[in-house]
Amino acid sequence: MSAKRTAASPLESLAADLVSGRIRVVDLTQTLAPEFPQIALPPEFGQCWPFRIEEVSRYDERGPAWYWNNFSCGEHTGTHFDAPIHWVSGRDLPNNATDTVPVQHLIGAACVIDCSAQASADPDFLLTTDHVLRWETVHGRIPARAWVLMRTDWSKRTDPVAYQNYDETGQHTPGPATDVVRFLIDERDVTGFGSEAIGTDAGQGYHLKPPYPCHYFMHGSGRYGLQCLTNLDQLPPTGAVIFCAPLKIKNGSGSPIRALALVPGSSAGAAQPSRRLRGKV
Amino acid sequence: MIAPLGRPKRKNPILRTRLPLLPPWARSRAALGLTAAAALGRFELQVCAHCGAVQYPPREACHRCLSDVLEWREQSGSGELISSTTVHHSHDLFFRERVPWRLGLVRLDAGPTVVAHLHAGCAPAPSRVRVDARLDKSGQGVLLAFPIDEVPNMADDLELREMTCDPKFRKVLVTDGKTAVGQAVVRALIAAGADLVWVGYAEPWKRFPGFAQIEALPQVSLLPLDLTDSQSVKQIAAEIGGRVDILINTAEVHRAHGIASRSGVEAARAEMDVNYFGLLRLAQEFGPAMRGRGADGQSSATAWVNLLSIYALSNYPPHGTFSASKAAALSLSQCLRAEMRAGGVRVINAFPGPIDDEWNQMLPPPKLGPDALAKALVKALRDGVEDIYPGDVAQEWFARWQENPKILEREVSA
Repeated sequence: MSAKRTAASPLESLAADLVSGRIRVVDLTQTLAPEFPQIALPPEFGQCWPFRIEEVSRYDERGPAWYWNNFSCGEHTGTHFDAPIHWVSGRDLPNNATDTVPVQHLIGAACVIDCSAQASADPDFLLTTDHVLRWETVHGRIPARAWVLMRTDWSKRTDPVAYQNYDETGQHTPGPATDVVRFLIDERDVTGFGSEAIGTDAGQGYHLKPPYPCHYFMHGSGRYGLQCLTNLDQLPPTGAVIFCAPLKIKNGSGSPIRALALVPGSSAGAAQPSRRLRGKV
Repeated sequence: MIAPLGRPKRKNPILRTRLPLLPPWARSRAALGLTAAAALGRFELQVCAHCGAVQYPPREACHRCLSDVLEWREQSGSGELISSTTVHHSHDLFFRERVPWRLGLVRLDAGPTVVAHLHAGCAPAPSRVRVDARLDKSGQGVLLAFPIDEVPNMADDLELREMTCDPKFRKVLVTDGKTAVGQAVVRALIAAGADLVWVGYAEPWKRFPGFAQIEALPQVSLLPLDLTDSQSVKQIAAEIGGRVDILINTAEVHRAHGIASRSGVEAARAEMDVNYFGLLRLAQEFGPAMRGRGADGQSSATAWVNLLSIYALSNYPPHGTFSASKAAALSLSQCLRAEMRAGGVRVINAFPGPIDDEWNQMLPPPKLGPDALAKALVKALRDGVEDIYPGDVAQEWFARWQENPKILEREVSA
């Protein structure tokens, strides 16, 4: 009995560290709100619903003692998860939908590559293999089955106009180049790729080869995507663990998520609430 | 002489807002024929199919030969004012607040002698006048005698203004300024003397053509308004709802699909979400305050304008789901009209034919230009009518629909 007490299991340690604050939880999620922008396609295509909420009752004649809402949104609204079935390249893979992806994949180590300076200088910044190799010289090799998160501080653009960043040639947001997507899959065996902008691919990703390479190759090889993440500036380059489980939608292509990260308590400031994008009034 | 309408003083926000009253509204079924014509801007009287007698007031049978075959026919309204009366006292609550009020007896050239409200520009009796039908605050058809020739400040006559919804010096909300139609309406309202035009635009991150020009107009105030978002509508109504005198709902989603040409319901749902539910959201949030301000001084709340479509009357199968959404909006607008009537606020429906925009790209001319549509909307406000059918296509469809809806259905689906 005494032998059992001396060596706490890793999970018991984890629970204790969460209580003591030695491990902190960081919210990587944007607030689901009607004013948060959604991805826009040419109007002749089908569209992803924005987040909408309708009051069912609020202690009134529609329900005297209770308050509740109905909400609607697309699978790809707000901070969300992309399953392999989302893209045509991943359509025939096994276990490729939100209800069948192995749950073991939904919790994992995160490698955070800071591209905030480059994205600030160039909204069309593309992350390349060279950038990743340079990052590895400082932080070590990306381990197998890790998540790679591209920190751009794009989530700090709280004005939806700046966040979407449209001009007459379309959207201008940072993302990965084609070569780095192949590299992360073939050479580093990542679980998935996450970004702060509206998509995992760059705003001008349509013009890359193939169009939208992160979607095409990640999903084509059974990997996942996370987008509209926030608070990546609160994560260490290595050492964080993220939780990004989608809703268990039958044959779903993705889902809004409450993305959370566990970080060492001593290495970052206090967790802050997610910033909410606000409409121009 | 008619004093020109001046810019009203700012409303004193600590005074009670006077409640709207209605003039006598009860009508027989026969008399509603006058209302139905006035709603379209026409003056019609019953004409006996057998003896040709023109009669007023409307009745079930001809006053001369007792035939019950009576047809409503458009009248020129020309006649002679034979006497006039100025009412200084009334037991009717509506007129009590509006005396002195001039009434006249007019012998129409067509035969009958009618009691009519009297425009201040009419010369003392005996004099030639032109009688026309208008809708009063209760939404019922009444007769108003005009001078034969234009007089200065014709539209500013106080009796006439009780029957019209002139945008001059009024504050107007245009719900969607992103489209060419929305922007044309904004410009037309400003040209008509509107004091302030709030212009809604959804999804502010998508800049729209013409944004800078609209934003630069001194009367314009841009608002982030999205009719698919109940919270957005509620928010904007909370901010400005108590000041909107005229609401013009230009927001619409239009996709050129029938049933078979588009799988799934998403495109149709997007149409319904703006064209039907958007109207419902607006009506729930803006309706009550406007209804309560129907008699709020010179610049009272006065009109609500819906941009419908001639396809609301009969489905145009190549644009079948759009047609259905507009038919739903038409039905809801009738409910809105019934509810707004208590406040004396007119609900005006515009039924244009194809508008010259990107979603009608594949349709041949004639197509209605945004400026022509905007002009028609402002005219409808000035005339105080309920339904307009602007453009050649709409006029023709409406005439055929009135004649026989089933034939029209077959014709447009051929």
